[in-house]
Amino acid sequence: MFTADHISLRYGARPVLSDVSLTLARGELVIILGPNGAGKSTLLKVLTGDLQPEQGSVSFDGRPLARIPLDELARERAVLSQSMGLNFPFTVFEIVRLGLEAGRGSLSRAEVQRLLPRALKAVGLDGFEGRLLQQLSGGEQQRVHLARVLCQAWAGKPDGSAFLLLDEPVSNLDIRHQLQTLEAVRRHVIGGGGALMILHDINLAALYADRLVMMTEGHILRQGAPQDVLDRSAILDVYGVDMPVEIARNSGRPFALLSRPG
Amino acid sequence: MTVLDTSIKETVGIAGDRSHRAKLALIGLGVLLTLTCIASIMTGPVPLTAGTVVKAIFTPEAVELRDQAIVWSVRLPRTLLAVLVGGALAFSGALLQGLFRNPLADPGIIGVSAGASFAAITAIVLGEALFGAAAMLYLLPVGAFFGGLVATICLYLIATRRGRTSIATMLLGGIAIAALMMAGTGILIFMSNDQQLRELTFWSLGSLGGASWPKIIVTTPFIIIGLLLGFAFSGGFNALALGESEARHLGIPVQILKRTSIVAVALLTGTAVAVSGTIGFVGIVVPHLLRLFIGPDHRFLLPASLLLGAVLLVGADMVSRTIVSPAELPIGIVTAMLGAPFFLWILLRNRSLVDL
Repeated sequence: MFTADHISLRYGARPVLSDVSLTLARGELVIILGPNGAGKSTLLKVLTGDLQPEQGSVSFDGRPLARIPLDELARERAVLSQSMGLNFPFTVFEIVRLGLEAGRGSLSRAEVQRLLPRALKAVGLDGFEGRLLQQLSGGEQQRVHLARVLCQAWAGKPDGSAFLLLDEPVSNLDIRHQLQTLEAVRRHVIGGGGALMILHDINLAALYADRLVMMTEGHILRQGAPQDVLDRSAILDVYGVDMPVEIARNSGRPFALLSRPG
Repeated sequence: MTVLDTSIKETVGIAGDRSHRAKLALIGLGVLLTLTCIASIMTGPVPLTAGTVVKAIFTPEAVELRDQAIVWSVRLPRTLLAVLVGGALAFSGALLQGLFRNPLADPGIIGVSAGASFAAITAIVLGEALFGAAAMLYLLPVGAFFGGLVATICLYLIATRRGRTSIATMLLGGIAIAALMMAGTGILIFMSNDQQLRELTFWSLGSLGGASWPKIIVTTPFIIIGLLLGFAFSGGFNALALGESEARHLGIPVQILKRTSIVAVALLTGTAVAVSGTIGFVGIVVPHLLRLFIGPDHRFLLPASLLLGAVLLVGADMVSRTIVSPAELPIGIVTAMLGAPFFLWILLRNRSLVDL
């Protein structure tokens, strides 16, 4: 379990996170919503260990995050960052294999053959092993990286208990692949893992989250089950946009309606 | 080579997996290097047959004294030095490219060689007065190592901000560092006497003409340490290609990887410069060619660069010795004639690499 306790952080003089507390348990899918500059990515980077908080502490399963060796951490959690440049002609196979080898060195052929095609299938890229990553579209590249992250989680914790920390995993994807990706994450959570995601689509977030975390200006405004926290006033407070919220008949989840401002 | 045995059992025949092809390439390059070395020892004013060369090396008493002398005191040390220098330059090119996450990094282009060269020239001009003639054999490689190290660290600090390396800043920063080092070199040339000046000319063009057994014995340990440091984390460069935080997320100790590879580059480039002057473009041509055939997996790219770099330089040295014989063309000219057009070809073929 990840526990972030009273985190504060500044970039220069500008406060980016002020007194943020968040937990992430196994079997739980948490989605962070919030406008640009709300501190979502910064909070994720604190949880991955990329940024050290000025105040507060982050722990993983009761141990301070900074004390956990990098290779052990690589087996406990997999991270998908936003855009990545790549200047070398790696194949899809070679990129996804990086996830399998993370924190454990090389892997048996049988394990590679079992996990790697399964991950590519989960993101809708079966048969892409031999393609060069650089020659794929932006959305396909994003899904390759997601397959890499899934492989890292599966190989790191074969019992399925690893965590996924994903920064806008569907930002370049069409609706079909957005749903496919989120289903893969959902399955991982049902299998006993944990997942934290940053999303921009309120309705996708409401549809998939066990818990929504609504952030604005460096702090958490509300968090809880989508039906408890997502309402017209919360959206107005977080985004400054007036969106009526209804309950979708098919899913029973809250659903925000778009209307033109003013 | 640990590279061969760590993954020999995994994944033969999955699409996109080029490790099998890479292993075959390593074996092929090993054979090619052996053949090139024999050809190099055969070639010269007195031609020798392949049989004589092999006999002279393994059973020296079975060949004529003259042939024995040609092989052992002239051509073998020179060929070995070409192997060491070519391997070191190509290997440090591949390391630098992994470190900067960009295939355009090269010790010659971004000022590492210039830094090593400046330090070596300082050692030539001022070293004898300060430490005595006996220390010179060691002073040169040690000086060149620190010159290369300082240049690499400066460049890394200049080009990297918050874990992101800017290719534009790297190339421009390299030009600035090289210019500064050339200015320093100019001052030293101004201060030097006639005999030193002759030695200095050697640096500006690059040559293997000074090959000797003592040089090889002094050079080898430096190069072996550099190679071991480079190999220590070779798999980590694959993850690093995605970015520094991504590599950390994949469990790679990025700071250690960066520091050891900077020291390795400085050791290899510095030592190569100390014994042969600045020989350009080997570090960029070799890894680039290899990536086309075996892909960019650094666990194979690094050892393959070592082998192909050695092949290339032994070959270039044969050209430099024979093309204007009995005179000798400096080998730096040969590699630049081949390498500079190749570098331009990479630029034109893949403009996105240098989107400034």
